[in-house]
Amino acid sequence: MSLQSLDVVRRSATTLPEPEARGAHTGQVAKLIDVTKCIGCKACQVACMEWNDLRDEIGTCTGHYENPADLGDQTWTLMRFAEYENPKGDLEWLIRKDGCMHCADPGCLKACPAPGAIVQYANGIVDFHEENCIGCGYCIAGCPFNIPRISKNDRKAYKCTLCSDRVSVGLEPACVKTCPTGAIVFGTKDDMKLHAAERIEDLKSRGFDKAGLYDPAGVGGTHVMYVLHHADQPQLYSGLPDEPKISAMIGLWKGATKPLAVFAIVATAFAGFLHYIGFGANETTERDEAEARREIEEMS
Amino acid sequence: MSLPTPERKRDEIVRYTPATRINHWIVAISFVLIALSGLALFHPAFFWLANLFGGGTWTRILHPFIGLVLIIAFCLLGAKMWGDNRMQRHDWAWLKRFRDVAADREESVPAPGRYNAGQKLIFWIIVVCLPLLLLSGIVIWRSYFAEYFPVGLTRFAGLLHSFVAFVLIIAIVIHIYAAIWVRGSVRAMTRGTVSYGWAWKHHRQWFRDAVKGEAPPK
Repeated sequence: MSLQSLDVVRRSATTLPEPEARGAHTGQVAKLIDVTKCIGCKACQVACMEWNDLRDEIGTCTGHYENPADLGDQTWTLMRFAEYENPKGDLEWLIRKDGCMHCADPGCLKACPAPGAIVQYANGIVDFHEENCIGCGYCIAGCPFNIPRISKNDRKAYKCTLCSDRVSVGLEPACVKTCPTGAIVFGTKDDMKLHAAERIEDLKSRGFDKAGLYDPAGVGGTHVMYVLHHADQPQLYSGLPDEPKISAMIGLWKGATKPLAVFAIVATAFAGFLHYIGFGANETTERDEAEARREIEEMS
Repeated sequence: MSLPTPERKRDEIVRYTPATRINHWIVAISFVLIALSGLALFHPAFFWLANLFGGGTWTRILHPFIGLVLIIAFCLLGAKMWGDNRMQRHDWAWLKRFRDVAADREESVPAPGRYNAGQKLIFWIIVVCLPLLLLSGIVIWRSYFAEYFPVGLTRFAGLLHSFVAFVLIIAIVIHIYAAIWVRGSVRAMTRGTVSYGWAWKHHRQWFRDAVKGEAPPK
């Protein structure tokens, strides 16, 4: 999404502040997905397609309920279905709505080399501005959640926008609006945490001792959060990362390496300049030519 | 004595054949292009360089193909120069006296052959860096290959690619400066010839072999 929103707190590959006068004074936003209330109806997927005018290819059955088989440039959110046999021997069907987590510390934005292709708004939404995207795919390497996908058609990266266009005019995201069980709710992050706390208390009273909120601190918290019945084992939910964080290699690549390498290259070139100023050109003199000729004469 | 040939001025030695010169400049031009496009993608301070290539997307598209041209051309160049760049005992002695070399006091420094130890080190840095850049570059080449590698490997490859490129750029900055500083060197790569005095001063062992006809141009 591209908006003249004056509330850009972070912009990819940019060294100076962006227009950020407008803040999020009523609180940053968050989407709370209560996995325990989800029935896997995929209405959220359909709402996402409708609002964003996306139509993925009609695929083939891959032997499980996920459809399409993966996220894509036309599928910004996807219900993932996991069958889990708990220690009591009962089957649990763990269904998770997968999509961008809108990290407070976004790895995609950190990795992106194209100025303004990825921005973070004051309200916490991380948005791709595809008109600035160069299609390098570094965001894929940067993301701890395996979310961005490059289109095979236009070679731009796509992912959930958290309906930044809707949110900017005071509407809730399309998936939230459509969810028939109230498993997806939207509001300020503080409110969503309070709501989650009530849900978790309820779940605990019903035997889910390990119920909890998924708001991983390793990425500074997220603006899409989950209520999980097994918060101690997030990987049960189709591989939700246990302790997601931006890879140290991305940190090193996009952190220390950048300024140090540029400094060293400039310093080397400048050292050459100073050496030239100090010593001048290394010329071959007439004496060298004469010595050379003398040696040749001696040889012949 | 086979040199000089009648067409040449009497006080010149042919150092590089036309094929080598052409190949060197294919490598050189593609290196400049790949370094500029790579820097554009490496640091926002250099992103404006992407304009030289038609914008960020074109830079992303062209960069790896320029790299392939560079790799293929260098394979031919490097194969030709490989033998003359083996480090020998006198090369290490030369390196120990590097301060004298840098101060243009070469008289007492061990006489180099066709290449001095500094040139040889640059050569081996290039020989090590280019395959690493090729392999790591393939891993992060998103349009064709990156999806076949685990994400952890693409992260490592991205870091390795930028680090190795940094080492190579430093080496080439030194190479270019040395060529400018030592007058008469650029001519060896543009016209192929050096003066007797240049050969005698900078590559005395090679000079002696060359005038005997034992070190033909390569």
